[in-house]
Amino acid sequence: MTAVWITIAGLVVTTVAIKAAGPVLIGGRELPAAANAVIGLLAPALLTALILTDTFARDQELTIDARAAGLGCAAVAVALRAPLLVTVLVAAVGSAAVRAVS
Amino acid sequence: MSARLEAYRPGIRAGVGFGAAAFVVGLSFGVVAQPTMGSVAPIVMSVFVFAGSAQFGATAVLAAGGDAPTAIATGAMLNARFLSMGVAAAPALRGGPLRRAAEGQAVVDASWALAARGEGGFDREKLLGATLPQYPLWVAGTVAGVLLGGVVGDPAELGFDAIFPAFFLGLLAAELGRPRALPVVVLAGAIALALTPVLPAGLPVLLASVAAVLGLWRR
Repeated sequence: MTAVWITIAGLVVTTVAIKAAGPVLIGGRELPAAANAVIGLLAPALLTALILTDTFARDQELTIDARAAGLGCAAVAVALRAPLLVTVLVAAVGSAAVRAVS
Repeated sequence: MSARLEAYRPGIRAGVGFGAAAFVVGLSFGVVAQPTMGSVAPIVMSVFVFAGSAQFGATAVLAAGGDAPTAIATGAMLNARFLSMGVAAAPALRGGPLRRAAEGQAVVDASWALAARGEGGFDREKLLGATLPQYPLWVAGTVAGVLLGGVVGDPAELGFDAIFPAFFLGLLAAELGRPRALPVVVLAGAIALALTPVLPAGLPVLLASVAAVLGLWRR
């Protein structure tokens, strides 16, 4: 049980430090235009990486399972301009359906 | 409502939608964590850590019999992307170092993506406003998950593990109109997938940030 509480304490400290690092070190300085050109594209880069690893990674292994079906359903919903909550629900239902039959 | 508070409204409105998803994912965290950690620890973790991927990752390590240092390191690596996000948000935050550090805690994936502007600017009020409803709903979801654990069974069977990727895909769709977004998406995806088998989980996502240097190309 102690391992759980040590883990929680360690995660609190590291998470706070990681989130504080940029704001504290950079402060209110305006970044040069070249840095802004890169930072403006961080969102699509990070979101893409999160989507693919959340869908196709199982620890360090790449796999295709029911989550991929969920993502496919989400892609259809996004293409049809569905609201975000509908997209999420459609993905959950699609993934659950594939898991139920496989 | 005063003009100052008015600035937070668009963020709060979007944050309620994000929060509904956070509630469901928090619920699945509570369900998954309860057998490993008991009923109190998952809730304490959600209250004080408030970082879904790190919480899931650390719990998975403990559930597999791993020790605390491994669980902490796993969580920290899964959080590494917040370094990039914090750098992007920094110029927009206010006050001295302590207040900036505190405002930086509001950086969570959905709020950050909503607040990031294409040209490198950042909307502080959207970030803070969108995180405001997500935090209590994340904690409430965890409480519900701990309580419902035995009833809902395996959250994956209900498709809950497809929620985060779908959620991020919806956010990504809003980014695709930006100049050079498509090549960045392709490169970031290639980096993340290529590094997944060789690096611990979390680092491939941080290193996919490198794809954003395409922003320097033929400006």
